[in-house]
Parts: sequence; structure tokens; C-alpha cells
Amino acid sequence: MIYLDHAATTPVKPEVLEAMLPYFTKEYGNPSSVYRLAQRNKKALDDARATVAKNLGAQPNEIFFTSGGTESDNWAIKGMAEALREKGNHIITTNIEHHAVLHTCQYLEKHGFEVTYLPVDKDGLITPAQVEAAIRPETILISVMYANNEIGTIMPIAEIGAVAKKHGIVFHTDAVQAVGQLPIDVKAQNIDLLSLSGHKFYGPKGTGVLYVRRGLKLPSYLHGGGQERGRRAGTENVPGIVGLAKAIDLAYQNLEAKNAKIKALRDYLIDGICERIPYCRLNGHREKRLPNNVNFSFEFVEGESLLLLLDMEGIAASSGSACTSGSLDPSHVLLALGLPHELAHGSVRFTLGEDNTKEEIDEVLAKLPAFVERMREMSPLYEEFVRKKQNK
Amino acid sequence: MYSQKVMECFLHPQNVGEIKDADGVGTVGNPKCGDIMKLYLKIKDNVIEDAKFKTFGCGAAIATSTMVTQMVKGKTIEEAMKITNQAVAEALDGLPPIKMHCSCLAEEALKAALWNYAQKNNLTIDGLTPPPNYVEEEEEHAKPEDQD
Repeated sequence: MIYLDHAATTPVKPEVLEAMLPYFTKEYGNPSSVYRLAQRNKKALDDARATVAKNLGAQPNEIFFTSGGTESDNWAIKGMAEALREKGNHIITTNIEHHAVLHTCQYLEKHGFEVTYLPVDKDGLITPAQVEAAIRPETILISVMYANNEIGTIMPIAEIGAVAKKHGIVFHTDAVQAVGQLPIDVKAQNIDLLSLSGHKFYGPKGTGVLYVRRGLKLPSYLHGGGQERGRRAGTENVPGIVGLAKAIDLAYQNLEAKNAKIKALRDYLIDGICERIPYCRLNGHREKRLPNNVNFSFEFVEGESLLLLLDMEGIAASSGSACTSGSLDPSHVLLALGLPHELAHGSVRFTLGEDNTKEEIDEVLAKLPAFVERMREMSPLYEEFVRKKQNK
Repeated sequence: MYSQKVMECFLHPQNVGEIKDADGVGTVGNPKCGDIMKLYLKIKDNVIEDAKFKTFGCGAAIATSTMVTQMVKGKTIEEAMKITNQAVAEALDGLPPIKMHCSCLAEEALKAALWNYAQKNNLTIDGLTPPPNYVEEEEEHAKPEDQD
């Protein structure tokens, strides 16, 4: 199989699994207990916290383990909204956030908050000036994703962080797609809250982190025991946390060399598609994009049908097509770029990983053009296009 | 998520194409919801002799297009009128719930093509009403030399 859906999830690395395994069986203690078995678990948690902190430029006591990106986003946004309700009720975000942020903001709108969804440009970018212009006296939170999951566009996070700092507003970033691929320094980038998810960088599913800048009063989201210094109750997922820490550490080893390789493959795939397939459009910013992201719209065809054909050849990719999302609406991200509906429905996303090879990309490039052609031959939109072209 | 039958009809679609001198053409759906189905019918002596389609859409949309064209061929207009979206879905061994609208589209395309046929020939077909998503066909046969 040729797996090109690393933005959806990644396999757990053997070294990660190996690090986790003892904590399922031999080292099964509850870190809150007093005996030595439990204390070894406590130590494992402390080490994991220090490892994650080191890789983000944070302090260990600023790292809180969660169940994943969605929980971290919910906690950060709802928590700050609750904490700062007296100060104001306005939140600034963008119109291409992940649903974990968008739907959380929509939920808050039903509870008396006002949300500005900054519109991105045709490449999926917002500017720090746009953020600054949206600030009101009652603005309490700015939440901008680090890099977009569908189109890979990387936002000017440090600059937006500087704007937030200047105005004394809390800044949260959903960095689920960025962590493990882009170097992050929460202090230098003025990030107050950062969400990440373990399974996006070869760690286990069901694990995540919320970085909370020291001094920021974020209320508890899950109430119960005193875990995570009383701010996130529930017995810690020790094997998962150990795995996440191992994975983030591995991800940031030789990052530059790994990124250079993946970027080269990404560009090879982008150029190859542009050369071989007419009437296509690269979605997202050409340069300011994740090293592993390729997202194309193919005119006159629908994305899911291409995915099915690719899958028959053992190629796993993803789409912003409505038909893969369980609703009738195509991707809100592609619509936000200004794409017409038919182009938004015709998108395919390939996200590369560390193990993909040039041979695999060659195979995709060899097969994809015929698939697009095959679907176009069936398409009434293409028929109409060809007829109009001939009549000219 | 799809039945074997759906995948079969998607991977090996039947009756794809246009009928140049079609007696009835129906286009339904819109790009907004990601499905457009265009159905061509050749009708002689009240019998559907041939059916072809062009579809922009997902796997289920292509499969239902194949299925509906297979089902109508050789049927009288009255028999074709009895084909429901349920029947199309059942013939495909079912569709996932979110894809049921694709089978509705197939039924609508069939009705739209029959409506177009009736309009052109000043006929009334029992039980046939103007289809909700009916798109008036352009004068696409005005320049047959441009078709190839």
C-alpha cells in the first residue's frame, strides 16, 4: 500500500511502541499511588512532560496531557472564555480552523460570546494586521491554527502572537498539524496556549497536550482527582503519554534533513501533477505550506470517486469532498479560499510521511492522470466544457 | 462502506456516454451538493430502447447512474415510471444512509428525462409532474457538427 494520508494519522513507530509496552503490563501502577511501582510511573510521567516541554521551548509545568487535539482545543477555548467572561465576550479566530475550534466557537456563540471568523485569502493566509484590526476592547482570546490540515498553509504565528501580546490578549494556536513537522518555540512565538495531538507524529491515538503558559489562569475542564496538578482530572494514560513523548522527541531529531527529503518529494508530486493533468489547481500557499502537504482540485470531477479509484490501486489519500465528510457540504476550508463548489468537491489531498519513497510518488503520478481522465469522460461538466470550447 | 455491487457498478460503469439523437434528456442535481446526473433516453413506440448517462459525483452517484440505466432499458414508459429510488438502492444491495440522496437523484433524472420527452412530443404521462430539479436543456443539438 502507498499511504499518503499522514495528516489523518500516522503509524506508531516501533521505537514508540517499544517505549510504551512496559507500561501496559509490568509497570502498570497508578502514578497517584505511594508504593515504588507507582513511583516509577510517576517518574515516567515527569520525564515525558520534560521531554515534551523541551521540544516546544516550554517548561515542564506548562505541559498538560489530554486525550488529543480536540480536547486540548475545547479546554483552551472554553476554559479561557469562562475565565475571562467578566473581562469581555469577544473571540477572534479564522474561517479555516479545524472543526474542534470552529464548533467550539459556535457553541460559545450560543452562550453569549461573539466570534469574528477572519476570512483567509486565496492561499489560506490571514495577516497579523487583519487580526489587529479585529481586536475590540472586549476581545479576550485569539485562536489561529498553526498550519491548516487540508491545504497545509502555515500561518504567521509569531507575528500574530506579537499582536496578541501587544494588546494583552490571550493567544491560542491549534498546532496539531505543525508539531513534529515545524520547529516550535512557544516563548519566542508569544504563544499562550498550544494544542497538539500525538498520533499526527507517529505517536499513539488518544493522546494530546495542551501547553498553558505559566501564570495563565485556565480553569479545570475535567473535574475529579488531582491529576495534572488539579487541572485535568483522571488517571493518566501512562503508556500513551510515554509514547507521545518518545514520538515528539524522535520527530524533532534530524528534523531539517527529514523535511528536506519530504519537501523534495512533495514538490516532485506537485510539479508532476501540474505537468500531467490539465485543468487542476494547487490549493494552499505554494511556499508557506507544510513540508508534507499536497492538495489539488481537479476540475469536472468529484474527489471521492478519485479516492475510490486510487484505493483500488492501494493508494490511500483523502478529499475535501462532501461525500467523505458525511454531509452535503464540501470542505469549509476550500470554500473559504473562494473555490466554487464544483472545485471544492473535486479536491484530493496527499500528505506524505517519513517513509514515502520517490518510487511511490512515481506510481501515483503514473496512475492518477488516467483516473482523472476516466472520471472526466463520465462528467457532464466536462462534456459541457468541451462543447463550449469547441464552439468558440 | 459500499456494498460489493456498488463498487462493481462504480468500477465498471455501464451505459456511460451521450445519445446524440436522444428523445428525452434529464439533468438533475447541482455542483453545490456535488452531484450532477444527466440521463439520455432513446424511446421508440413507448419503449425505452436505450439509456446513457454522464455523472459528476461520488462512487454512489456513478453506481446509481449505471443501475438506473440498466433498469430502464427495454421497459415501457409506464414500467419506467414505477422505478423508485428505493428500487435503485435495493438493486445495489443498499447504500450508506448519507448516500441515499444519490438514488433519489437517479429517480429524479429518469423522471426529468421522461418529462423532457413528454414536453417535446406533447404527451401526458400518467403520474409525471415537472421534476423539482428540472433544468431546461440547452439547444445542444443545434450544431451537431460540434458534437464530436
